[in-house]
This record gives sequence, structure tokens and C-alpha cells, in this order.
Amino acid sequence: MIRKKWGTRMEKNRQNFIDVSEICLLAGEIMLASGAETYRVEDTMVRIAHAYGVENAESYVTPTAIIFAVNGELYPAGTKMKRIERRTTDLNKIATVNSLSREISEGKWTMESAYERLKQIKKENISFSVPIQILAAGIASGCFVIMFLGKWIDVLPGIVAGSIGYFCFLTIHQIVKVRFFSELVSSLIIGFTANIFVYAGIGDQADKIIIGSVMPLVPGLLITNAIRDLMVGHLISGLAKGAEALLTAFAIGAGIAVAYAIF
Amino acid sequence: MIAQLITSFLATSGFGILFNVPKNAIIKCGLVGMIGWFIYFSMVEKRIDAVPASFVSAFFISALSHVFAKKYKTPVIIFIVGGIIPLVPGGLAYDAMRNFVSNEYSIAIELAAKASLIAGAIAMGIVFSEVFNNTIKQGVSVRKSKKMNE
Repeated sequence: MIRKKWGTRMEKNRQNFIDVSEICLLAGEIMLASGAETYRVEDTMVRIAHAYGVENAESYVTPTAIIFAVNGELYPAGTKMKRIERRTTDLNKIATVNSLSREISEGKWTMESAYERLKQIKKENISFSVPIQILAAGIASGCFVIMFLGKWIDVLPGIVAGSIGYFCFLTIHQIVKVRFFSELVSSLIIGFTANIFVYAGIGDQADKIIIGSVMPLVPGLLITNAIRDLMVGHLISGLAKGAEALLTAFAIGAGIAVAYAIF
Repeated sequence: MIAQLITSFLATSGFGILFNVPKNAIIKCGLVGMIGWFIYFSMVEKRIDAVPASFVSAFFISALSHVFAKKYKTPVIIFIVGGIIPLVPGGLAYDAMRNFVSNEYSIAIELAAKASLIAGAIAMGIVFSEVFNNTIKQGVSVRKSKKMNE
């Protein structure tokens, strides 16, 4: 009798164990694919596991994969891994998952409903529409021309070149899926556009126009995040992000250089 | 200076849209970016080097972001990302790469070293501010628990 009771309890816990690590992995996957910091992903996963009663949970996060292990008296030890293939920056999703994990810690969600909600968040596309993104990229580029002490005459070329460049980046990235290539081609096009504007007499300094309009492509956030990860001890993530940033910077520089060589 | 303030506000908000921050946070992002750029720009105008200027500005951006994050219960990265974008040495990195690919290696290395120093200064500013923030938080909670024990 006792044995039977114990058996069903084990059974139930086994079920729980699978669910918990699935939930944690899904949450981690969404956050990492949206560009969250390494420590935040690790922290969120462990916190969700704690909230559902797993006392020993460990997670190891790199930019390309998550490894998550649970271990406890009531739970069979187990490790799962998740590969992350596409990474973008989507801060809205990070905020959504973060507030969900906060509510899970307060005990507001059952496992099933939390899992469903996470699946829903993963599928949702809550980004701004493409024309608005392009417009924003253009305006930011024009503003950067002024911030880098350019002349007012270069603002309009900056806006146009920045929008065209970002538009190219989005479209090419959708077709080719290789970041390096799409960055190279879009910076090449930006270089062309800026030089054409200067040639036509609408702009004055091609350099300032180009620097302003490549800003939406520049991996500034990646560089800073890489160094930050290195400083707090996430060495592998730091190196991987640094390599990605370097590659992007190289792609942009090469594209511009080709444009200059032709003109 | 007013032009700088307006453009930095618009640029940071624009980046907020590119990074898809929640809609109600865009204005706050712009505000953080504007204050950060104001600090940086006024320091550089007084002929202070870009590296310490970036450090100080990143420190304040991060501190302000922590305040916002706590107040609106959102991850702190949302505000930091927008704020540091103007400081990030994207222009320098671009310049360095352009010199590399046109065979001007010595200038390129100089620029690249400068860019990585600035990036390091920004990261240091963020980390320092985080540590500072955590220490204060810990101090407060220790005091609270002491009071409770009494």
C-alpha cells in the first residue's frame, strides 16, 4: 500500500520534472534569442525552477546554446540542451518573459498555463511594422549626422541613406539569412548613396553621412555586451559576442571600402 | 547644444523602435539617451578625453536605468541599450575598419585601440553602477532586517 502510494508520487514528480525543465528551457530560449544578457537568462531559468519546487537547478548559457540541469531528492537528475539558431534584438519579448517569471515566482501561474503562455509569446510577433522601423532608422541616422558634428545640409542625405541601408539589410537578410553578407551589401549601398548625394551637390561631407547612416547596422551594443560579459566572468559568451561584433564591423568597413574604391 | 539634445533624444528613441522596446518605454529610453549624451558631450567640449567621458556618462545612464527599471518593473537592459547607443564607438570602429581595408594599418590599429578602450570604459561604467546599485540595495535590506529583529 505504502509502496503504491510512493510509486504514484514518483510518477507525478517525474511528470513535474519534465514539465519544469521544459518551461525553463522555453523561457530561456525566448530570452536568449531576443538578445537578453547571459546572467539574466541563467537567473530567470533557475528562478522559475525554484518557484516550481526544484531545489537544485543549474543553467549554463552561451549565445548559441543553453544547457539546463535539474537535480533534487524528489526529482531524477536530468540535463537538457537547447540550440539557439537565430538571434535578434527584441526587448519587448525580454520584458514580457521577465514579468511572466516574476509572476511565476509569486505563484500566480500553474505549470500548464505558464507553458502555454510561453509558447504563445514565442509565436507572437509584436515588433513594429517594417515601414516604421525603416523610418526610425532613417531619423536616427539623420540625427547621428548632427551628433557627430556634421553640417545641417548632410542631414537629409543621412536620413535617405540610412533608410535605404536599413531597408536593404532587412530584405537581403530575409532572403540570404547570412548576416555578414547582408551587412556588407547594405553598407556598400549606403556608401554609394552617400557618394552620389555629395556628387550631386546635395550633401557636403560623405564621411559624416556614411558614419551616421551605418549606425543602425553597427554592432555597438554587441561590443559593449561582449566586454561586460567578459568582466562578470561569462568568458565564453563574451568571446563569442566579441567575435560576432568584429565580424559585423569588418563587413561594414569592407562594404564602405568597396564603395570608396569604385568612386 | 539644443540641437544636440533634440537629435540625441530622437536618435535614441529611433533605436528604441529598432530594438522593439515596449511602446510605453520609448519616451523614457529617449530621455535616458538624451541625459547620457548631454553628460558626454559637455565633458568632451571641456576637452576631457572621450574614454573617461564615456565612463562617467555610462555610469549615470546605468544608474538612471536602474531607477527606471525599479520604478516600472521592467528589465534594466531596455533603458541601458537605448542610452548607451550614442556613446558606443561605432563611428570609430567603422573608421578603423575603413583604414584596415585601405592598407593604412598603423592608423587603423590606433583607432581600433581607441574604440576598444571606449567600449571597455562604457562596460566598466555599467558594471560599476550595477555593483553600486547592488551594494545600496543590500545595505537597505540589511538595515530593514535589523530593524525587524529589534
